[in-house]
Amino acid sequence: MLSRTAANLFWIARYMERAETMARLLEVGARIALLPSAGHGYRSEWDSLLQASGTADGFAKKYGDPVQRNIESYLFFDHDNSSSVATCIGRARENARIVRTALTSQVWDALNTAFQEMKALERLPRSETELSRLTEWTMRHAAMVRGAIDATLLRNDGWDFLGLGYKLERADNTARLMDVKYYVLLPKVDFVGSGLDNYQWTTLLRAMSSHRAFHWAYGGDITAGKIAHFLILNPQCPRSLITSTGGAVEHLDRLARGYHASTPAQSKGRSLLGELSEMTVEDIFDEGLHEFLSRFIGEVSKLTALVGEVYLSGEAR
Amino acid sequence: MTTTYFNEMYDGGAVRPPYARLQDWMQSMPAELRQMKQAEAETLFRRIGITFAVYGEGGDPDRLIPFDMFPRVFLQEEWRRLERGIKQRARALNAFLVDVYGRGEIVRAGRIPSRLVYRNEAYEKAVAGFVPPRGVYSHIVGIDIVRTGPNDFYVLEDNCRTPSGVSYMLENREIMMRMFPGLFQSNRIEPVDGYSDLLRRTLASVAPAKCDRDPVIVILTPGHFNSAYYEHSFLADLMGVELVEGADLFVEHGFVWMRTTEGPKKVDVIYRRIDDSFLDPLCFRPDSMLGVPGLMDVYRSGGVTICSAPGAGVADDKAVYTFVPDMVRFYLGEEPILQNVPTWQCGKADDLKHVLANLPELVVKEVHGSGGYGMLVGPKATKEQIAVFADRIKADPGNYIAQPTLALSTVPTFVDEGVAPRHVDLRPYCLVGERIELVPGGLTRVALTEGSLVVNSSQGGGVKDTWVLAE
Repeated sequence: MLSRTAANLFWIARYMERAETMARLLEVGARIALLPSAGHGYRSEWDSLLQASGTADGFAKKYGDPVQRNIESYLFFDHDNSSSVATCIGRARENARIVRTALTSQVWDALNTAFQEMKALERLPRSETELSRLTEWTMRHAAMVRGAIDATLLRNDGWDFLGLGYKLERADNTARLMDVKYYVLLPKVDFVGSGLDNYQWTTLLRAMSSHRAFHWAYGGDITAGKIAHFLILNPQCPRSLITSTGGAVEHLDRLARGYHASTPAQSKGRSLLGELSEMTVEDIFDEGLHEFLSRFIGEVSKLTALVGEVYLSGEAR
Repeated sequence: MTTTYFNEMYDGGAVRPPYARLQDWMQSMPAELRQMKQAEAETLFRRIGITFAVYGEGGDPDRLIPFDMFPRVFLQEEWRRLERGIKQRARALNAFLVDVYGRGEIVRAGRIPSRLVYRNEAYEKAVAGFVPPRGVYSHIVGIDIVRTGPNDFYVLEDNCRTPSGVSYMLENREIMMRMFPGLFQSNRIEPVDGYSDLLRRTLASVAPAKCDRDPVIVILTPGHFNSAYYEHSFLADLMGVELVEGADLFVEHGFVWMRTTEGPKKVDVIYRRIDDSFLDPLCFRPDSMLGVPGLMDVYRSGGVTICSAPGAGVADDKAVYTFVPDMVRFYLGEEPILQNVPTWQCGKADDLKHVLANLPELVVKEVHGSGGYGMLVGPKATKEQIAVFADRIKADPGNYIAQPTLALSTVPTFVDEGVAPRHVDLRPYCLVGERIELVPGGLTRVALTEGSLVVNSSQGGGVKDTWVLAE
């Protein structure tokens, strides 16, 4: 397929995954806002949302202090924010329009409907758009797009580029969410393992819709070790780093088989997955969680760059 | 002065034969059902993604082109004559192009002024002396036709470069069949959905000299911001070929290649939907971001075919238009089946005098204009507008032609008050390759505003399904 078409498909998936992450973040923020502020909690939570979404600078320039309503608008509706839900959905749909013929009508329909409904939401007065309604709406449409892709799309190379987009974006987002929780919320190492620490970790699980799943999987008290294992090393967790990386590697392997050619992207993917498979939580804590996550984010971005180089740029011969 | 217009459905009180079965259909549809169907059609169009952007108007970029459900109908015998006329014209236009980029016999014979050809902006010196595969320059000829009486058809203009709108012809039919299957059971309507196969076969038949395999065809689009992008992707999908932008192509080792996820892939035939000047920055416009550097060299050495061929535009220029009937006589030795609209060239002193004296009755167009922009419709214009336009003509007479206001035929059309006659034109799409082919149908454009004669979609025009009844 045309490299540009592959790139468009890749970005449809990345934007949809990013829109969903934004909605998850907003949901956590809204949840925290409902709880009595415990001195430390309230304001830094909203701050941390901006940090986690990588939009803190843009927000500060436009609004200054983090006020909940403004943060909601900025993360959901603002077209000046390149990661807002509205921007992501708009771009996913524009990429889809360009490669309309590489998609089934169901997938196009799902993306186009999300886009048209977003335009309708944007016309509503903000007082009529409850945050919970917005986040639910986003997750529902993200699920509909994923479902349409899963149920109707031919399992050809186009499907693999969509899948790669989803998995690489998810690996990056999960790592970033963890890193922000750990690094931004807990500047002091003494807090690790404290009650406050666990409370912050719980919100992280909620952000991943994994709160209950975690308890089923581990039981007992929430500890940093269990959570790190769950979100990094547990192949049962749908958003864990190992699941996301493994998914990306599967798509890369399918591409290599289909094209009868392996590239540096396959080698990179496999070595990253290999490393994760052999790691223990102790290894991670020995390295330092933040140090590990920063390194992982860097590795994922190298892998993404390789995918771009060998498949999406059209420069490879 | 009141003009009588030819109504294609009613002859006095009687229903003309092509529309015999539509009278009942129309009457059996109450207003509510009609509105429901209209809304259904709109939803279908929006879902498909058929929208079009109007240049320079802003507003909703996803605007729908209005679709009128009342079909426009031709009898088989009416169509046969039209078809012969269209194919004849397409043949003559291509013969003219081969000639003017070759020996220029028609100019030597004094049948057309040299300056109109060789000093024409659309004349590409870069391809002089080159004969494209099968001697075809214009592979898709869109001929705009208006009707003024039962047997009176006039050609308004020829489109030899990249006529658009064929996706509407196909989608209008799809939607009508989906919404009114009963109509298609009671009327025997010739299908149009063979168009994409014919187009693919036509393009494959003009593969370049150096191509020794099943040719790889692509459609070259200016990109997704273009108002006709939907059509480009629609046709690519129907033909099963890649839709490429300039940046997806590159030239190496004397061939054109596209960038794919599996490495470079050779391209043999390019159906381009961009203007000549954007094809190759090395040859035409150094400032162009859209083109493929080196493309023209490959083209001239027989490594790739470009459809329509660069330079084809010299045949559809509004000043050259006047001479098309002469081309038919000169190259084919036949009498033209389709009439030209009488045309005055403002560049000629006598014609200019006549035009300026009769502006309120005339339609004046720019020679190189398109899309209904920069034109004056005399009978609909105010005195001030006419005065302003007169000054523009005097400032640059060679840039304008004038034609009498034609009494465009009408077809019943659904309007707010029910059904009313509205003016229409017709654009059939003639395919020229190894053979000359025409699907039975075309795009009927309708001026939705009462009394309006401007059918362009950019100015309030809509579209209709166009039927040719089988015998």
